[in-house]
Amino acid sequence: MADTILGKVQKIVSEQLGVDLDTVKPEASFANDLGADSLDTVELVMALEEEFDIEIPDEAAESIGTVQAAVDFITEKSSA
Amino acid sequence: MTMTSTEKKRVVITGMGAITPIGNDLEAYWQGLLAGKSGIGPITLFDASKHKCRIAGEVKGFDPLEYLDAKDAKRTDRFAQFAIAASKQALADAKLTITDLNAEQVGVMIGTGVGGLKVMEEQQSVYINKGPSRCSPFMVPMMIANMAAGLTAIHTGAKGPNSCAVTACAAGSNAIGDAFRIVQNGYAQAMICGGTEAAITPLSLAGFASARALSTRNDDPDHASRPFDKGRDGFVMGEGAGILVLEELEHALSRGARIYAEMVGYGMTCDAYHMTAPVPGGAGAARSMEFALKDAGISPSEVSYVNAHGTSTPANDPTETSAIKTALGKSAKTVAVSSTKSMTGHLLGGSGGIEGVAACMAVSKDHVPPTINLQEPDDDCDLDYVPNHSRAQTVDVAMSNSFGFGGHNVTLVFRKYRS
Repeated sequence: MADTILGKVQKIVSEQLGVDLDTVKPEASFANDLGADSLDTVELVMALEEEFDIEIPDEAAESIGTVQAAVDFITEKSSA
Repeated sequence: MTMTSTEKKRVVITGMGAITPIGNDLEAYWQGLLAGKSGIGPITLFDASKHKCRIAGEVKGFDPLEYLDAKDAKRTDRFAQFAIAASKQALADAKLTITDLNAEQVGVMIGTGVGGLKVMEEQQSVYINKGPSRCSPFMVPMMIANMAAGLTAIHTGAKGPNSCAVTACAAGSNAIGDAFRIVQNGYAQAMICGGTEAAITPLSLAGFASARALSTRNDDPDHASRPFDKGRDGFVMGEGAGILVLEELEHALSRGARIYAEMVGYGMTCDAYHMTAPVPGGAGAARSMEFALKDAGISPSEVSYVNAHGTSTPANDPTETSAIKTALGKSAKTVAVSSTKSMTGHLLGGSGGIEGVAACMAVSKDHVPPTINLQEPDDDCDLDYVPNHSRAQTVDVAMSNSFGFGGHNVTLVFRKYRS
């Protein structure tokens, strides 16, 4: 679980946003469910870029609103 | 625009909080001062082995999570964490609750010398090692010097006047003085005010050492901060925050608040002389004390205690001694003068905060903290520095001096409250 993309994303989100790991469900919205403000989101995107060695352009970052959306984006980028 | 005949309000101290190298609340700090406890030791916050100065007065056992949740603690630099913690303590001590009804009448004025150095230095490393795109979006809001005042307002709900003095080692005292004026002039009913600093960082230590400002008594940290002593060789950096709640007298009385002391005077001047050195003879510092006494309507003979700037640098201590003689005249010979930096080290912008607290406690408790490590006074330091042991004596009026790089001189005057 921890080795999957979802597991890694959940761990990073939990650390970055200071929320319990079990609240970081795939459908959770960063802003509405996990309390992320605009600066949190920027920092979170940077942490994901670093962990998965990818680039997430600003336009794409804006459309990533949930944990699952982040996982989908990373999956697509990684398999490309 | 002219001031109309608005009468100045009386201002009293109703609450205090302290995070210091000798204790992390008001009681622990005050008992530490009376016991002559040294808060100086080897630096543990980072590896200082390559530095000329490897000692400091670190705050020990501070847990930001006692005052902030995990997410807020992570996005708050240490200097602001200290300020928020001491402010929450001071409000609790004052039993002053901020509600929707009074929020706009309570303000915050917290000074700092340098602000969030820790995050700035960490992010500089990130920039060099990983590039600009990896710099934290929190870096700027965490490091800016006003953020202690801003975050204290956020975490207490105080919506009144809010600002931040950045006058180096005089910043905490400037903040208290400016807050005093705000309450005196009726712009707020209460002000949370003081100073904070967390500058025990690699760059800051290196810079102060290069300026030849720091003690290098690395093998004997307890005795390194020795104001007015012949063997002094520089200041020892400390960290922490000291916060006072200043309150308009009628407001304090109406809610039955305990009153520690009344704040009665504020003076400030500038040497206009040198970036780091005091003007020989201390004329600027003397004028600061004179202005503060005049502001207070107090004569030199009424001053019981001076909490000196007393940094333990070769330049400051005789200069300040000379300034006290100029300002107090023959009363300088009998007044009790002590430097609590002998115990806490020099908190830079935080020093005015914790020393304002010490001065108010001296007035409230009729007890004068000592200057420790005073074994053999410098030939040019010939006042009563309350050497090595605290002294129980009546303290009707206490002054607190703070001087900063840039030539800033600030003096605060507190007096026993009488109706």
